[in-house]
Amino acid sequence: MLLQRFLIRLLTMAITLFGVAVVVFVVIRVAPGDPIAMMLPPGATDADIARLRALYGLDKTIVQQFFIWLSGVVRGDFGTSISLRQDVLGLVFNRLPATLELATVALVMAVAIGGTAAILGARERGTAVEAGIDIASGTALSIPDFLWGLVLILLFGVLIPVFDISGRVSPQLDLPFITQFYLVESMLRLRFDLTWDLLKHMLMPAVALALPLAAIIAQLLKQSLKEVLDLDYVVLARVKGFSETQVILREALKNAALPTLTLVGVQFTFLIGGTVIVERLFSYEGLGNMAIDAVINRDLPLIQGIVLVFALLFVLINLAVDMMYALLNPRLRHG
Amino acid sequence: MDEARIARRGVGPRLWLAGGWLLLALLAAIFAPLIAPQDPLAQDLMLERLPPFWLDGTEPGYWLGTDSLGRDLLSRLIFGGRIAFIVAFAAALAACLVGSALGLIAGYFGGWADRIISRVVDIWMAFPPVLFAILLVAVLGTGLSSVIIAIAVIDWTRFCRVIRAEAMGQSRMDYVENARIAGYGRIGIMLREVLPNVVPSIVALLSLEMGIAVIVEAILSFVNLSISTDDPTWGGIIAEGRLSIHQAWWVLVFPLITLILTVLSFSQFGEALKARFDPVLR
Repeated sequence: MLLQRFLIRLLTMAITLFGVAVVVFVVIRVAPGDPIAMMLPPGATDADIARLRALYGLDKTIVQQFFIWLSGVVRGDFGTSISLRQDVLGLVFNRLPATLELATVALVMAVAIGGTAAILGARERGTAVEAGIDIASGTALSIPDFLWGLVLILLFGVLIPVFDISGRVSPQLDLPFITQFYLVESMLRLRFDLTWDLLKHMLMPAVALALPLAAIIAQLLKQSLKEVLDLDYVVLARVKGFSETQVILREALKNAALPTLTLVGVQFTFLIGGTVIVERLFSYEGLGNMAIDAVINRDLPLIQGIVLVFALLFVLINLAVDMMYALLNPRLRHG
Repeated sequence: MDEARIARRGVGPRLWLAGGWLLLALLAAIFAPLIAPQDPLAQDLMLERLPPFWLDGTEPGYWLGTDSLGRDLLSRLIFGGRIAFIVAFAAALAACLVGSALGLIAGYFGGWADRIISRVVDIWMAFPPVLFAILLVAVLGTGLSSVIIAIAVIDWTRFCRVIRAEAMGQSRMDYVENARIAGYGRIGIMLREVLPNVVPSIVALLSLEMGIAVIVEAILSFVNLSISTDDPTWGGIIAEGRLSIHQAWWVLVFPLITLILTVLSFSQFGEALKARFDPVLR
């Protein structure tokens, strides 16, 4: 049952990725404007242009180009970036860890903020506290991450300048890192001075990304908790003398969390999508920021590689959530 | 029942506040040449980075101050509203038409139509939307129609997903079966029976989508990919403000407030409309 579900998901995942590859490829190739012409100095001859076009495979038909590219991708060869003249996969792997760290920190914050608000709101249901949480989460949800980022820049970058508003790490620091997972590595090396510097750069973009998701968690989890709190076994726990907070944390939470968990998975992909513009806003050196540069420079191989990696990330998260749901949901587990 | 009453009671002031702001901003945009105190493009290096009116060192007629080229901020915001509203209405409407039609077909007919449309939606959902928008505008070339097309191409899935689910639910209802027994054709039932019942959701989504379109346009002009760089846009002013944030905070603050009010108003307006239309809540 579970294995069958997994295999079906794997198949649809492959179809989705193939579809993404086709769409990106077609969209990029219908672009007017020649990326090769932009690479060459003004005095280049037609022969130079033709040679370079052949070098990047741009002289073949679109269908041929697609399958040449796809057969490369399957072997892990995403081609060479036109603007940076480096291996696309290497460039992507160099930047991906920065984005993953940012997205993960944002996710943790969203769960912490949203979860706390939900528990507080469920405990104080029917009071002004709950109404306040509803208004706050409604507002947080209506304002997108791009605007939150700008608000945070103004508040904590300019008005009260406590955090850094651009970059991933202070440029004057000597970095001993061998991987690109700076945050993780700084903690493993016990270099907490570097951890702090990284966090000071990461905090505001992470909060901007986290707020809308935190609002969704607050709303949905609070609703589920309130439903569960009226059930018999919870009432029984209350009769036994547990405090309301204990009842929520020990009894209600684990039964109310499943719908929220599913939603968080889907919303996490939206959060990752949001990193593109938030990274740009904070000049954070991640994959999204590089993607915008790639588009501006018409760097076709790099754009294709980045979009495909994002898509892969999205479908993997959906797969993980689906599997987690199947494992945690008793009806599916024993079905 | 209680919740319905609360939602109903909340409709009044929310609808009026949100609608009021949108109307004000829309009228200002339409009558921009008459209202704007200055030429939004006029540069004057003698007047660069004037602060807003309540601070020292201002000039009369420059209410919200000027940017680093001495251009009047208020006039630029008023003219920027034109682009924002055109994009909001056109892009949201286009996304709505495509998405609702496909969602209705997928939800009501099911079967192969549903499978194909849902697969396409899945593929679309695997794209980071902002990157997709930037890519499309880069491909189509900057310009107003490119921005509108890009937003519609990306966001039709929002309508499609919701309307598909609703149409699916509606098509299982008794009244649809009754219509079929009464001899109506499938397309007739879809348009005459199912469509009116999903209209409240469409209207709410449409208002929400207008807010999203305003944001996407701002993001595109923020990365300098929206329309030509001459015309003022809210995102373009924000990009300028982000650069001179330590010298002239007002260049970022005022467009940001404008954008936040507009987006909040569109979403509140949509919620309120939905509550008013919804037969269950009414």
